[in-house]
This record gives sequence, C-alpha cells and structure tokens, in this order.
Amino acid sequence: MSSANPIVAIAGLNKWFGEFHVLRDIDLAVGRGERIVICGPSGSGKSTLIRCINALEEFQEGRIIIDGIELGPNLRRVDDVRREVGMVFQSFNLFPHLTVLENCTLAPIWVRHMKKKDAEAAAMQYLERVRIPDKANSFPGQLSGGQQQRVAIARALTMTPKVMLFDEATSALDPEMVKEVLDTMVDLAREGMTMLVVTHEMGFAKEVASRVVFMDAGQILEANTPQEFFAHPQHARTRLFLSQILR
Amino acid sequence: MNDGPFIAQKLIPQRAPPVLRRGPLAFVMARLLNSPTNILLTLASIALLYVTIVPAVRFLLVDAVWHGTDRNACLVENVGRAVGACWPFVQAKFTQFVYGFYPADQRWRVNLTFALGAALLLPLLIPRVGGKVINAALFFVAFPIVAFVLLVGIGGNTLPIVPTRLWGGLLVTVVVSVTGIVGSMPIGIALALGRRSTIPLIRVFSIAFIEFWRGVPLITVLFFATYMLPLFLPGNFNVDGLVRVLIGIAIFSGAYNAEVIRGGLNAVPRGQAEAARALGLSYWKITGFVVMPQALRHVIPGLVNSFISLLKDTSLVSIVALFDLLGQLRASFADPAWATPTTLFTGFAFTGMIYFVLCFGMSRYSLFVEHRLNAHRRN
Repeated sequence: MSSANPIVAIAGLNKWFGEFHVLRDIDLAVGRGERIVICGPSGSGKSTLIRCINALEEFQEGRIIIDGIELGPNLRRVDDVRREVGMVFQSFNLFPHLTVLENCTLAPIWVRHMKKKDAEAAAMQYLERVRIPDKANSFPGQLSGGQQQRVAIARALTMTPKVMLFDEATSALDPEMVKEVLDTMVDLAREGMTMLVVTHEMGFAKEVASRVVFMDAGQILEANTPQEFFAHPQHARTRLFLSQILR
Repeated sequence: MNDGPFIAQKLIPQRAPPVLRRGPLAFVMARLLNSPTNILLTLASIALLYVTIVPAVRFLLVDAVWHGTDRNACLVENVGRAVGACWPFVQAKFTQFVYGFYPADQRWRVNLTFALGAALLLPLLIPRVGGKVINAALFFVAFPIVAFVLLVGIGGNTLPIVPTRLWGGLLVTVVVSVTGIVGSMPIGIALALGRRSTIPLIRVFSIAFIEFWRGVPLITVLFFATYMLPLFLPGNFNVDGLVRVLIGIAIFSGAYNAEVIRGGLNAVPRGQAEAARALGLSYWKITGFVVMPQALRHVIPGLVNSFISLLKDTSLVSIVALFDLLGQLRASFADPAWATPTTLFTGFAFTGMIYFVLCFGMSRYSLFVEHRLNAHRRN
C-alpha cells in the first residue's frame, strides 16, 4: 500500500488502550489529492486510526509522517502536524458559546495570528463555500445538525489544511440532512483536497473514493479501488461486512 | 378515520391554543380553589402569612418609634402604647454601622472609595455599556490600589494613615467580601485546573491544598491568621491583621470555588477540547477561549451560592476583633443610652435587611447573567 510522494505515510503503527491492542501493524500511504474511505464494523479501530493522524491519540509503536513532519510515539511536533491537518467530528463539536463566525475565526486569529478583519473575510469565504454565509452571526444551537456539520467543515478549512479527516461526519445526522453534508464533502473532494473519511456511506465511497480501506479488529484487511472493492471483495470478512450493510 | 389508504386533502393551518378562562377570578378558581385539598392548602397559606406578616409589619412600621434622641423615646412608659422597632437607635448609630471607628473627619475617604467602586462596578455589570476591557482593568487593577491608598492613607495631613483596627461596620463587610469574592476566583480557577492537570505533582498539590482548606473551619483559619501567624513570621516582618484575614478568606473560599468550577469543567464535553486541539490551539488558549467560558457558565448558580455564603460568613471576622457590620451592631448594644427592650430586635432587623439587599441583589443579578449567557442554548 504505497503511493509515490505520500502526504500521509503510516508505517508499522501499533496502539493499545491498556491491554487492548486497538491498532495492529497499520501501514498506509496516502498520496496528495487522494480520497481514502475507511470502513469497517464498530470497534474496528478506524476512528482511532484517524485520531492518531491528528495526534488526538498517542500510539506506542510505529511512525506517522505528515507532509515530511514525523509524528513519533512521543507526539513531539504535534502543533506542526495539527496545522496541516483539519478534522471533522461525528458530534460537530462546534463551540456553543461562540457565533458561527467566531467559531471560524478563533484558530486563524490565535494560531495563525491573522488580523481579525482578514480572518473574518476568509471565514466568510469558507462559509459561502459550504453555502451557509447567512448564518454567520447565529449560534450553533440555532442551526440544524446538517448546518452545524457544514460550519464544522468550514471551520476546519479556515486553517487551510493539506489533509482533511472526517470521523463519521454524517452518523449523527437525520437522514434528510446527510445529503447536504455529503454534497459539501463531494465538492471538497472534487477540488482536490486530500481526504481520509471514516464513514458508513457506501454511496459516497463509490462516488468519490480513490481507495476504500476495510478494517476489522484493529487491522487493515483489504484496500482497493471502490470498483474492485464493491464488485470483487477478496477477504471473507469484507464480503460478510458488505453483505450486512448493502441489502 | 377509516382504515385503508388516506391522503390529506389540505394542510392544517396553525391556530392559537384554546384559552378556557382568563382574569384573576378564573386564576383563583383554577389554581387555588379547584379541589378540597387545594382549598385547605390555600387556607393554611393565608393563616401562615397572617401570623408572619402582620406582626412583622406591626413591629417594623405600625408600632415603631421614629423620632427620639435616646432610650426614653422607645420606652413603653413614655410612649404610652406597645413599642415596636426603635428606629432612632439606628439613626444614632448609623455612622458607626457604616464606618466603624474610622475618624469622623476622614470619612469622606470611605465615601469616595464606595462612590468610585460603584461608578466602576455598575457599568461593568450592565452589558450594554461598552469599553468592558478598560473598565475591568480599572476595577480589578487600578481600583484596589486607589482604594488601598484612600482607605489606609499615605501619612501627612491630606491622607493621614488610618490603622485597620479603626475600620468597621459596612466598610469592613464590603472590603472583606469584595476582596474575598474577587480574590477567590483566580485561586479557584487555578486549583480547579491544577486538580485536572496531567502533571502528577501539580495535581497532588492541588488536591491536598483544596482538601486542607475545605477541611478546616473558617474560624480556625481566621484565628490562625490573626493570632498564630505573627508568631511564625520573623519579628520585623509584620503583615496587617486585616490583610492576613483577607488572604485567609480568599484562599478558603478559593478552595470551595475550585470544586464548583471543577464540576463545570467536567460538564464541558471532551469533544470541545478535542476540536480546539485539532485546530492547533494551545492548552492555555483552549482553556481560556473554549473550555473555561463554558465551564463558568455552567456553574454561575454554584459560584453565586458560595459568594453569598462568603458575604454572610464575613460576620465571623468579629471573633478576631475586626468589627464588621454585625460586630459593630453588637458593640452598639452595649451603649446604656440606647438600652431598651426592642433595641436588639431593631438592630438585627436593620442589619438583616442590609444583608438581604446585598445577597438578593447578587442572586437576581446572577439570574440575569445566566439568562443572558445561555440565550444561545434556548434555540
């Protein structure tokens, strides 16, 4: 599993939660502009994997190199890596006490040291990109789930990340709102953003993924193009998983 | 509806909810007299109000004596009727209640300090008034220095030094409670963060500190600060008695606040800090911009609870020879010129009202702040 000149390179990654071996010998290289969809049953370690890439989780063995910056097991250079990587969470995690615009300018102002005016102008551009500029002065609690998640995407984009991580970004949404968030993610993919997406939306995988990675029990069991992955799953566990989610 | 397929023919427009009855009589009928139990409860409540409010009004207003120069004005044999509150006593002792033994010709300094404090605090409390940063800097940094210089003095003829043992009354109550409230917040925040720290040394220190100060009665703290600390300090190093008490109270209530704030920190979902970390914010910025503002909003009722209890606990300083409002009141009872059967009740009623106004004011203001800050949560 290698790509030439990868922007994310994971080698020999192992992680334990106490005694529980949650990630086992993960090797994964993601090229620039690649869209990786990671799927698998719950508890398979897929969320933990992408949380490791953003240094939200420590790991015990292996290497993660992001755009030439190595994130060792001791998590030095965390700040450098986080500046390159944006993340969208299942539960949105917008800051409820700040307006939408303030959510989108907090990090540019305090991490990138942008002027408030410039940060607001940039934030408005990203809010327009996710088609929600009219809600700039609302509080997150006044928005629907789909709108909140789109704001969360805009907030991550304001830091101009080179890689975007999506941790089950549509799982907490009502069915009617899943589409608006997926559309935003598809737009982002079309613009050439490097994306690692943990999701159960197989339609999204078929439409935009360059590769689909299947994980179970902390291990990558299969990785392939979406065409091959869905048409000819090789591993028995993959076939069982697909038969359960695609009816 | 019949069984089988159904298709709605029209959309039902919204209409107002049905209102059965309006007006005070309908309210009384519906809420107070709608069942035998409620009729009984209503009668019992009226009886309870009658036996509490009527004597209180009679004592404070109807039977009260309003004018006089000494105890004779408030004695039954001179008035010729039942005597309630002896208000001339409060009039005569009013300056003592406010200033204690602060020299009469220097009392303008206390007034000026109160006026300055109010002038800086009021705009800080009203959200619509702008310039909050400058205002806060003036109130929390400049004002304490000015107040210290004004109240203590710098010597010479304009501002002669007034030793703190001459201070008293409302002055001491306000100084102790305001410093206690303002000083306990940073202590509480620091200890709450320390107790959640991942660095064991800081965590253990914070836990030990909090548990020690919570485990010791305030009276012990005050006694220690006043009578024992000077024995441990080197001979030429002497801290003013009031300052020692202020520090003791700030630390004591800081330890309580720490636990209240920690509860608020625990109520902020983990995802908040994670999202902020994913954006590259540092620990202090995450704490300052994301986690702590939310935590403090959660615990406004708890914090105000401890502020109110602190305000009333300031009366304990009278056991270490500081005459706060209540201490001053008790001292004034010793004056034979005002020894009447109702002096005691009048005095306690008066100071009780002052404490009530201060505490109730804090309580109402905190409710206002709570509603304002939580506006975003009411979708």
